[in-house]
Amino acid sequence: MLVGAFQKAKGKGYTLENLRVLFNHPYIDAYKTSIEISLVTALVGGVIGLMVAYAALREGTPRWIRSALTTFSGVAANFGGIPLAFAFIATLGPLGIVTVLFRDHGYDFTQHGFSLFTKTGVELAYMYFQLPLMILVIAPAIEGLRKEWREASANLGASQLQFWRYVGLPVLMPSLLGAIILLFGNAFAAYATAYSLTSGTVNIVPILIGAYYSGNVLDNPHLAQAMAFGMFVVLAVMMLLYIPLQRRAARWAK
Amino acid sequence: MKPRRFIAPSALFWLLLAGAYFLIPLVATFLFSLKSNQTGKCCTAANYSWVIHNHGFWESLKISALLALETIVISLALFVPTIYWVHLKVPRLRPVIAFLALIPFVIPPIVMVVGLLRFFKGTPDWFYAKPWGFLAGAYVILAFPYMFFSLDAGFRSIDVHTLTEASQSLGAKWTTTLFKVILPNIRSAALAASFLTLAIVMGEFTIANLSAFNTFPIFIQYVNESQGFPAGALTLLSFGITWAAMLSLLLVGRKRGARSAVIAGGR
Repeated sequence: MLVGAFQKAKGKGYTLENLRVLFNHPYIDAYKTSIEISLVTALVGGVIGLMVAYAALREGTPRWIRSALTTFSGVAANFGGIPLAFAFIATLGPLGIVTVLFRDHGYDFTQHGFSLFTKTGVELAYMYFQLPLMILVIAPAIEGLRKEWREASANLGASQLQFWRYVGLPVLMPSLLGAIILLFGNAFAAYATAYSLTSGTVNIVPILIGAYYSGNVLDNPHLAQAMAFGMFVVLAVMMLLYIPLQRRAARWAK
Repeated sequence: MKPRRFIAPSALFWLLLAGAYFLIPLVATFLFSLKSNQTGKCCTAANYSWVIHNHGFWESLKISALLALETIVISLALFVPTIYWVHLKVPRLRPVIAFLALIPFVIPPIVMVVGLLRFFKGTPDWFYAKPWGFLAGAYVILAFPYMFFSLDAGFRSIDVHTLTEASQSLGAKWTTTLFKVILPNIRSAALAASFLTLAIVMGEFTIANLSAFNTFPIFIQYVNESQGFPAGALTLLSFGITWAAMLSLLLVGRKRGARSAVIAGGR
């Protein structure tokens, strides 16, 4: 693949032409959409996942909720692909249960600009595996927030808000950022869910690559390899960001 | 600080929100699967019987199940002796293998399949054109990280050196040591890795689609596109398979050695 990305479409020899094409329409748009979807689902999934994980782990929440949530997250992080896409079609598609329920009560959100088969729909579906992944990844970090720190800050007269602003969030931050990068990569690599949900019409990089193989537009296979190379570069950058964060996060580990 | 005796209101809000988001699609799929294909009305079990009497369903399920089995057997045969050997003789190589194991995890399947299709182009038909060849090969690579991290944790929790020396000083051959001493000790780790591999292979769509093989997820996608309500039944069935595999994994993972809950599956 690495070699193929630099090969000429016809004949022999090497070229940067394939990579240059990536910066043109429509390829650059696909990268933009891909990155946008990954970023939105990683940030929203990251923040909501953090809230949910904290809600389950904090004092006062019954223990069974915690174990039920982690078990469910372990399973749900593995959902995805074709069945997930269909579950959302059955829920929010044009004939979906929730859509019909709202329509029967006088509000039709398909008339108000919502469609499951667009970028928004894909993002909504991706959250189904992003949230559980966030909960799984961030839970150990939340458990690492020691009770003593809370008590110490309370004894020194800090409010809840001050505790989070000066102790909680700074300690969690490296894990939080690391987890969000992981989520980004997770969404960036996804293919099956978006493919099945939108029948391959949403313009993201994996679907574009897939179209070159399963469709009949095989005039330049090296272009698909160049696109794959582009994805590889984006993920490599993410990994480079991830490793130092991981190290920082390990500082407060017991 | 007063210890909290009841659940905090904000915690309740977030948990209910997550619960609704996770459960509604599942319930909706279930209700969907009960609707009649002719009238669109509730409630009938016709979709389930349609699935059970469908030839393509059994055919694709058989291919995927056999593929999963083949992948598990090949992976275990490859990785158990390798990781055993690394732990016993060359522990310096462990970080190298751990790094290698991260590669299939980081590289998305869509990128991997582009590389694999190109690399194996021109290999004999019995390999390239059959799921048992090309696809199984790809799945062994896909399963490698999960196999490695699970087995590695298993091997780390036992004393490989003492067990090997004890078995050898009693006159056991290498094969006897491996099968009768080491394997029973890492059984839960091997089982966990196998369940994870099962879940991956039964749900993998990307590679199968791009290399044009007719596996179970491909069949689900075909039904999705052609038949509305039976697809609901099929989707629930597929969820059931993932649930069964992952829950078995979690149950096995409770025991010593196996690491639980890792992320896998075809998205």
